[in-house]
Amino acid sequence: MNPVQVAGVWKYYGDFPALRDVSFEVQPGACMALLGRNGAGKTTLLRIVAGLARPTRGSASVCGAGTRDRVTRRSIGILGHGISLYDELSAFENLHLFARIYGVADPKRAALEWLERTGLERVRDGLVREFSRGMRQRLAVARAFLHEPSVLLLDEPFTALDDRAIALLQTLLRDALAAGRTIVISTHQLREALALATHVALLVRGRLAHTGERTAEMLEDTGWLYRHYGEA
Amino acid sequence: MLAMTAIAALLLVRNLYVMLLVLPDEKHQNAAYRIMFFHVPDAWTAFLCFFLAMIASVLYLVKNDLRYDGFAASITEVGLVFGAANLVTGMIWGRVIWGVWWAWDVRLTTMLVGWLMYAGYLMLRRAIEEPTERAKMSAVVSIFAFADVPIIFFSIRWWRNQQHPPPADLPPDWWMALFMNWIPLLLLAGVFLMIRMEQERIERQLNGLRRTVHAF
Amino acid sequence: MAVPALRGSMSFLRQSLTIASKDLRSELRTKEALNASVAFALVILLLFSFAFEPTEVETRQISGGLLWLVFAFAGALILNRSFARELSNDCLDALVAAPISGAALFLGKALANLALLVTVELACLPVFGIFYNVPWTQQFWPLMLVMLLGTWGLTVVGTMFSALTVNLRLRELMLPMLVYPIMVPGLLAAVQLTAPLVMGQPLAGDLIPWLRLLIAFDVIFTALALTLVETVLVR
Repeated sequence: MNPVQVAGVWKYYGDFPALRDVSFEVQPGACMALLGRNGAGKTTLLRIVAGLARPTRGSASVCGAGTRDRVTRRSIGILGHGISLYDELSAFENLHLFARIYGVADPKRAALEWLERTGLERVRDGLVREFSRGMRQRLAVARAFLHEPSVLLLDEPFTALDDRAIALLQTLLRDALAAGRTIVISTHQLREALALATHVALLVRGRLAHTGERTAEMLEDTGWLYRHYGEA
Repeated sequence: MLAMTAIAALLLVRNLYVMLLVLPDEKHQNAAYRIMFFHVPDAWTAFLCFFLAMIASVLYLVKNDLRYDGFAASITEVGLVFGAANLVTGMIWGRVIWGVWWAWDVRLTTMLVGWLMYAGYLMLRRAIEEPTERAKMSAVVSIFAFADVPIIFFSIRWWRNQQHPPPADLPPDWWMALFMNWIPLLLLAGVFLMIRMEQERIERQLNGLRRTVHAF
Repeated sequence: MAVPALRGSMSFLRQSLTIASKDLRSELRTKEALNASVAFALVILLLFSFAFEPTEVETRQISGGLLWLVFAFAGALILNRSFARELSNDCLDALVAAPISGAALFLGKALANLALLVTVELACLPVFGIFYNVPWTQQFWPLMLVMLLGTWGLTVVGTMFSALTVNLRLRELMLPMLVYPIMVPGLLAAVQLTAPLVMGQPLAGDLIPWLRLLIAFDVIFTALALTLVETVLVR
């Protein structure tokens, strides 16, 4: 059974269908790039897979169980637009908190280990509100990875990050893929996402216009996909 | 709908005739007791509306169908209208019989608190743009509010320890008149409800179309 | 059968406490809500002494209502912040996506709010005693019990509506509009219990029905909130 399965998902906001009959699966060790213009439904779809929203019709499952299942949620890591960290807590306290919520066996060690991996061990007791943008972003990446999730859901991760954070994230994502984990990444920055992706899915007006493997011509000409399947 | 309105109007005329010309004056209250024939069924209608709003809210949360939300919103507004009528008639009666507009009577006070809760419900609806979100949040408020109604009633009864005109020892022809007058009021509530639900339906459609236009 | 159920409720409680201690820790770092709430409460206590002759013995009879109005007003400041503090960095998304049930999350935040509100109330009581010349400590423990029960009701309803209104532009206005009418029975019971206790009357006799009412109010709304909060949080 594939780790991410989306079957016949519709999402209505009032009478407006934000997602229409979207179905796809992502295999272990695959990275699906979710492409589409603003308002095409990428964020809505990711939120449904992450269990932050419910589909109006259809179903989404992660690791064979519904997305509001608590065991399932333990295996999901999310990185969204916001950093999802508390300004008034220190770097260590933030990671320790999420490690505990995710039921990591040794929350203290996991927090310290990830502070080291993201190069933040020297500021472990500094409050997040005093951090620079780049430091906050690296801490957010650590927060998303520290419970070793087998499914990673990233919403426009490259737009806000600085160079160092992008490098960190790309390394972590490559390692995750090599370890057989699954990634779904929504983006309109085609180059970074396509370099990493093994598969692509294109959303047009809430409908899945194309799904398939990422081919060489997509890398060479990033507009290729939109020209073939999207609107002009 | 027109037929319902017509029947309601005819029944009201007939009831007014019975109330004003057939039933004699009461010995302590003289003519003033007649306001009860509107006051009491107003309260019944209002609480029936709030009850149905709660049922529709539960159904919305279970089935996620916006028609239930439209029903809940419409019937809450209708309930507020009848609640207001109940409050106003109650105050007039109190002024005539007790000499004060407001005597902190149990039922009237319960209605006032309920009225404020459901006014909050409508204000919350105004404050939320997105229809699905609005439906869900207001459904939760409606359930909370109705669960509170009996608790409010008992708390205020203990607080005031004072009696409303007791409903039990009314003469049978008064009961008859009460129920006979409830029928046109219910019909009227039904008409209001249908008008509001139609408006809600059109608004849902318009909103969907508007979003579709803006999205693409 | 019993062992996993027990383990389940243990982890539920532990998660709630994790959330509560997180909320308390970040609040105590800035004390934004706490300071504002205490200052506000003291100002209202002062203003009330202009409305009612503070030296009169009769003032003691309205002390219950006076105190609970102060608590309810000051409490709204704390309850408003409860879910709003999750907004700034999209923290609420991370919590809702995490393997913690909406009910555990709610309970944690409610416990933190309870602790903050009780702190404000304990700061108010001595000031009230001094301003109004009331020896309020005669029935200290029964009074604490009533305060805890009344505050829990306020906290449960307030935390629920804090979650409900968190995304609204007008949330500071909406929260009191929704919470106060629903709180009427709870506040009424608390007021009816507090005034006699402050005047030294024991918690017995005709006060018991009010205590029962207050407990019933707490139980009903705690159960409702725990059932419905997941629906509110998952969009």
